[in-house]
Amino acid sequence: MDLIERANKEAVRRMLAGDPVLVDVIPAEQAIPTLGERMILHAGPPIDWARMCGPMRGAVTGVACFEGWTANLEAAAEQAAAGAFALHPNHHFDAVGPMTGITTRSQPVMVVENRAFGNRAYCTINEGLGKVMRFGGNDEEVLNRLRWLRDDFGPAMGAALREMGGIPLKSLVARGLTMGDEMHQRNVACSGLTLRHLAPALARVTQDRDALARALAFIGGNDQFFLNIAMALGKAIMDPVRGIEGSSVVTAMARNGTDFGIRVSGTGDTWFTAPVEMPEGLYFPGFSAADANPDMGDSTIVETIGLGGFAMGAAPAVAGFVGAGAASEAGNFTRTMAEITLGENPEWTIPALDYFGVPTGIDIRLVVETGLAPTINTGIAHKEPGIGQVGAGVVRAPLACFREALLAFAETLGVL
Amino acid sequence: MDGSTMSDDIGKTLLNTPPKVVNLGLESFALELSQQGVAVVHVDWTPPAGGDPALADLLSKLGA
Repeated sequence: MDLIERANKEAVRRMLAGDPVLVDVIPAEQAIPTLGERMILHAGPPIDWARMCGPMRGAVTGVACFEGWTANLEAAAEQAAAGAFALHPNHHFDAVGPMTGITTRSQPVMVVENRAFGNRAYCTINEGLGKVMRFGGNDEEVLNRLRWLRDDFGPAMGAALREMGGIPLKSLVARGLTMGDEMHQRNVACSGLTLRHLAPALARVTQDRDALARALAFIGGNDQFFLNIAMALGKAIMDPVRGIEGSSVVTAMARNGTDFGIRVSGTGDTWFTAPVEMPEGLYFPGFSAADANPDMGDSTIVETIGLGGFAMGAAPAVAGFVGAGAASEAGNFTRTMAEITLGENPEWTIPALDYFGVPTGIDIRLVVETGLAPTINTGIAHKEPGIGQVGAGVVRAPLACFREALLAFAETLGVL
Repeated sequence: MDGSTMSDDIGKTLLNTPPKVVNLGLESFALELSQQGVAVVHVDWTPPAGGDPALADLLSKLGA
């Protein structure tokens, strides 16, 4: 149909025209004025407390203590079960969050502005590895780190970004792809590049040398620091693609640990959901698949723009880390994803694949026709609250939500 | 001219030379042949929409 071809061409045009710039770090309540008291944003499509998985419950109770809404975790769980907190997806508020994805009013969020379209997207600051709230951690160590991010690091990073006029991200990602990152499970290069951009400005705006040293060490010690920036970048690129009549391009993929959800441009903001899959991967010493929680997080927004599992060919090292096979097979993941996408990104290319551009514009028609589900690189959380990350792996998006989306899409065109 | 046709030639070639096999779909067929020393190229293929005729028809209407 000509309408679909024209609409999809426009969708890919908008994706490629996106010009994301990291411009600021500000409190979430300032970025999202509707984010009120006792409101908790989470990863994935909508879900209530009763259906939430263990780590997401752990993060909800932890953040309730962090915000001072309850005295302890037990009280927080009781209040959550009684409906005392308003739970909403990040995606409904121009935001995204990794794993549990918890966002509340006083947390600092990074601001990525898409200068080609004028929209903004938000994501919290990556907390680092180990016991962290995004993997369901909620003890004092976790909460104290969040307090430091809120009171010290976030304001300093925001001041630095404002002082330097922001960091253009499109070229930074292009360079990261040539340095072995795929921007989901490998962000070593882009985190280092971000530190190089940010360090001089951080030094200019921070009076206290110890505070500066701690901030620099925090970024330098976290290989995944850039992940949250990549996610806000992905959201900023995809939001202008929403709502194009006749477009079968996926605008968001997200998981809440229970359901996997997708949104499609031509069907507006409707979520099409199916049960999440269990990642297949490698586990940290002492843990196994029996400890793992099913797939979770808004981080699949990076696959939606052609990075992560779609750019596996750029990051052979990650293929081993996530248990996806030999490094020489990494390119096969990227080539396969090219079968369900509408084009390549000429600015984000992969040297090892003769500068093939990352597969761009997931078309639900191609997913259903080929039966090839999007490949996602992901971290794996422990299924119990309060423990944290136990491994990393690869997971497939469930085909059922693409079939459901296709039927609804056909209905909008009067074909069904 | 010996009066033989092209199909006769193909028939003779098939019978007198080792088979060259291209296998579509089920990989186990290719593996079986490979284990018996037969040269085989496997093509990873599934019917459109997983073989669901209603979905395949819908995809066709949607220009896929």
